[in-house]
Amino acid sequence: MLLLKLFFAFIQVGLFSVGGGYAAIPLIQEQIVNIYGMMTLEEFSDLITVAEMTPGPISINSATFVGMRIAGIPGVLICSIGCIIPSFCICLTLAHFYYKYRSVSGVQIVLGSLRPAVVALIASAGASILMLGLFQAELKEVVLGNIRYVELGIFVIALWILRKYKVSAISIILGSGIVGTIIYALLGAV
Amino acid sequence: MKKDYSKLWTLFRSMFVLSACTFGGGFVIVSLMKKKFVEELKWLEEDEMLDVTAITQSAPGPLPVNASVIIGYRMAGVVGSLTAILGTILPPMIIISVISVFYEQFRTNPYIATALQVMRAGVAAVIFDVVINLAANVFKTKRALYIGMMIIAFIATYLLDVSAMIVILTCLGIGLIDLVLTLRKKKKEVV
Repeated sequence: MLLLKLFFAFIQVGLFSVGGGYAAIPLIQEQIVNIYGMMTLEEFSDLITVAEMTPGPISINSATFVGMRIAGIPGVLICSIGCIIPSFCICLTLAHFYYKYRSVSGVQIVLGSLRPAVVALIASAGASILMLGLFQAELKEVVLGNIRYVELGIFVIALWILRKYKVSAISIILGSGIVGTIIYALLGAV
Repeated sequence: MKKDYSKLWTLFRSMFVLSACTFGGGFVIVSLMKKKFVEELKWLEEDEMLDVTAITQSAPGPLPVNASVIIGYRMAGVVGSLTAILGTILPPMIIISVISVFYEQFRTNPYIATALQVMRAGVAAVIFDVVINLAANVFKTKRALYIGMMIIAFIATYLLDVSAMIVILTCLGIGLIDLVLTLRKKKKEVV
């Protein structure tokens, strides 16, 4: 019964979280904390910290965390599956139509105007992460004097390596984490 | 569409690694997918990847999951979708299950906190690398409309906090107007 409740709660989370991971957080709070009282608000704020600190989509992270806390491994499976079922059905349908009509010239014209927007959205996400990395702050709270030189150096060198050589993105991300931690450890700042 | 099941293992492995190493939101993984599937494996065209991103952003649910459904479908139909989803959700499921048990130790470990902070610089570098290539292609179209839309969309999302959904819908509207105008032009040329 509990598993069934979790399952339907997360189907709703998956279905109504339009526009990125952070949209899912209030929905999960409503379902799990407010409606069913399965978690306390404190546990829930732990959840957000963990979901942000670990790789992977925030809603899958949250589904796993909630499932594990409430019902162990079966909970993890039920919550995650519930969370992706709406995505799966909707995107499969959209993919089908996209590949069927993609070569139609009218569709090409419409899609053509979406592409610059997508480039801008990706650029915007990159700029936000860069600000968080260099200043540990959002754009509006940036204080130029607080710039972190280690991160700045890593960003410049990483970008230079990416432009110059064909390296995988993963090795750059993990490499910058390892190199940065070693530098901070040597500086005695950890 | 040609279905190629021999690619399933590569598809699963790629999604698994990308998902395991993606910190911070949906557009990060989109940049990584673009690098992997367009530049390294050459499975998708660049325009196609951008279209897929627009679709995933417009549909409900986690962006990386949506993107893997579509890319998986493109490579090997429904089986491909399921394979790609599995690759995407397994790493967070495993990692979080372990962490939820050791939560206190994880949260208070200073080395983990530092590594996560500096990794952002690396993630930002990857996204900028991808954006430089993408923006260069938009400039290559030499259409003032597209270049202008890109710049305005960036200002709107980054500086003015306009939601991604609204930007996509507005551009969809502009695209439809563009379509109507193009069709009219063609009609006149025929007459």
